[in-house]
Amino acid sequence: MRRSMRRGVAAAATGLVTLALAACAQGDSSGGGGGGGSAAATCTNTIQEPDATRVTMWAWYPAVEQMVDTFNSRHDDVQICWTNAGQGADEYGKFSTALEAGTGAPDVIQLESEILPTYTILDGLADLAPYGAGELEEQFPPGAWSDVSNGGSVHAIPVDGGPVGMLYRADIFDEHGVEPPTTWDEFAQAAQDLRDAGYDGYITNYATNGNAFNYALFAQAGWAPFDYDSSRPDEIGIDVDTPEARHVLSYWEDLVDRGLVSTDDASTADYNTSLVDGTYAVYIAAAWGPGYLEGLSDADSGAEWKAAPLPQWDPDDPVQVNQGGSALAVTSQATDEEAAATVAMELFDDEATWKVGVEEAGLFPLWNLALDADWFTDRRYPFFGGQQVNRDVFLDAAAQYPGFTFSPFQVYAYDRQTMALYDMVEGPATAEDALATLQDSLVRYAEQQGFTIR
Amino acid sequence: MTSADRPTDRRPAGPGEQRGPSLLDTKRQWWGWLFLAPFTVVFVLFLLVPLAYAFWLSLHTKGIATGGESIFTGFANYARVFTDTDFLSGMARVGKFVLVMVPIQIGLAVTIALVLDTLATRLSRASRLLVFVPYAIPAVIGALMWGFLYSPRFGPATDVFGLVGLDAPDFLSRDLIFGSLVNIVTWQWVGYYMIIVYAALRAIDPTVYEAARLDGAGNWAIALRIKVPMIASSMVMIVVFALIGTLQFFTEPTVLRSVAQGAIPTTYTPNMYAYSMAFSYSQFNYASTIAFALGILVFIGSYLFLYATRKQSGLK
Repeated sequence: MRRSMRRGVAAAATGLVTLALAACAQGDSSGGGGGGGSAAATCTNTIQEPDATRVTMWAWYPAVEQMVDTFNSRHDDVQICWTNAGQGADEYGKFSTALEAGTGAPDVIQLESEILPTYTILDGLADLAPYGAGELEEQFPPGAWSDVSNGGSVHAIPVDGGPVGMLYRADIFDEHGVEPPTTWDEFAQAAQDLRDAGYDGYITNYATNGNAFNYALFAQAGWAPFDYDSSRPDEIGIDVDTPEARHVLSYWEDLVDRGLVSTDDASTADYNTSLVDGTYAVYIAAAWGPGYLEGLSDADSGAEWKAAPLPQWDPDDPVQVNQGGSALAVTSQATDEEAAATVAMELFDDEATWKVGVEEAGLFPLWNLALDADWFTDRRYPFFGGQQVNRDVFLDAAAQYPGFTFSPFQVYAYDRQTMALYDMVEGPATAEDALATLQDSLVRYAEQQGFTIR
Repeated sequence: MTSADRPTDRRPAGPGEQRGPSLLDTKRQWWGWLFLAPFTVVFVLFLLVPLAYAFWLSLHTKGIATGGESIFTGFANYARVFTDTDFLSGMARVGKFVLVMVPIQIGLAVTIALVLDTLATRLSRASRLLVFVPYAIPAVIGALMWGFLYSPRFGPATDVFGLVGLDAPDFLSRDLIFGSLVNIVTWQWVGYYMIIVYAALRAIDPTVYEAARLDGAGNWAIALRIKVPMIASSMVMIVVFALIGTLQFFTEPTVLRSVAQGAIPTTYTPNMYAYSMAFSYSQFNYASTIAFALGILVFIGSYLFLYATRKQSGLK
């Protein structure tokens, strides 16, 4: 009796162990059976065609899930397996590590166009021209296309852009009897007028860590710091310390010194609140800025936002700039490059997808069919009291943006810029000092990396 | 092990029996290695091999413009790192942290432990727990929390200073960030050091105090002349912990950087510099060199300290 019971227990125990092992094995097979992806395939979305080639993708917009579902239902031979690997530096850190390790990168990756040279020089991205990407040129604004292509090669497909405009609090300007500025001279005057009229906030904020934002402000004055061509990856010209940059930086240094512009760090909780609670009267922002503002809490209930074109240095010769936005690239680790290229080229070539992008994610498309569509140009934004901000501001800005050449070590260049600008606003350093320091550190770094300095 | 062998040793051994104990020893050694194996495997795989790999990386150079080719450059990277102003200023900064932060932490920990050791009330037990609790909070969470407390908008400082009509200082500014970081680390680690010191104090035989009292020693004399010298070896240990931890300063400034990118540049401490070199700039070779250079300096620093305190720590 006792003996048989003991045997029973032993049998049960053995059974449990076997079950556990079986469960492990099952877990392994479902985890490893990702198919096409080189990264372990755990998709955030549901795959609709289990037998189709699977393409792994990193992208950070939450609304991407809906877009991926649309793509997957339209394609029965290719399926996207989407993961959110973080935005900006978070994602780039993972991607850089995967490139160094030789494994672990997704097939398709969402990147900002400013970071493309950083990865093309590491041979991290596949050229999409062999898959017919060159024929898509007509579908995008020229500036956006020049940001992702070089000669005959296409490093990524543009997705959304960040044409820059001026978002301002109409209620604050009205209350203090100040007209919204259209030039930078007027902007400086308005800053003083607002203060004189008793406004206790700042006309705007100059963030020393506003990497791409500060580049855009410099670029508007004609600043072209890098002379770099990805077909000659061992040569670079670095010209950061130019009269244009000194002019722009001295302008902001003056406003900061006079206490009219604050110098809070961007992208912090404090800064986000200041954006919407009336501490800043103006938010110089890319087209995705309104979507960002809408997501912030503690907003002034009586706030009236309006959008206007970016103030100009020379109103007779207006220059438009871009900040951020993104593109889809195929990585050099893609298992099926052709399928990956299909995803990069076709995920966003669909109006229904763009309606989701515009309405849910607040994106600004860089796809002419969406840009020209009435539903986009005439769209009234409740956030701006029904203003047609695309028609009024951003469509022109996007169309006139000429493109910009970034360096192949852009993260380093941004970090150094933050250090130099912080020294300027906090310490005794002047705009000239900051730019000279920046120039020196970038040239030294480029030399260490083996570049021939042009 | 040896005490168990002794009885067999004492026995007059014949020529044939002499092999007995050594065979036993070999067998025991095998068992010893078997028990050590899990640790050894992990130790070799996850410490020695990566260390060797990092050293190998540090002897090579791969510029981003040289087509991804890794070239053997010997100690050139080390020559570069010890003349790199970013690395050297980072080292100087953690040196300053050592000079300020370590004495504050140890001083507080010992003082609290001495007070708690003298009192034996319920309150002292509660305070012991309260002082220790910050150590139980993960460093990242602690730093995030302090980031909010330091924030001019969400932190209490603005309100507190406002009560007396003053402007609150900006804890995240260039001038105050050093003190703000010292505060976070002290808050986090004092409890841990205190527990070590307290345990050492508890281990002292109370009859020593009785003897001291009979000789006319007061509470102060007992604390400073009896207790502190008797726990010297524990003190040396916690100073070494604090020294190494501070030289490798990374977590708190990295977390706080998200709200103070200007005041805490990527080169703030050598570890942060190595991290950004590797993961932001894809400079894995030079990052390994920085890490090794830091390791060498930490080793020299702790060796010198242990040598200087060999009498107190009982290592002599």
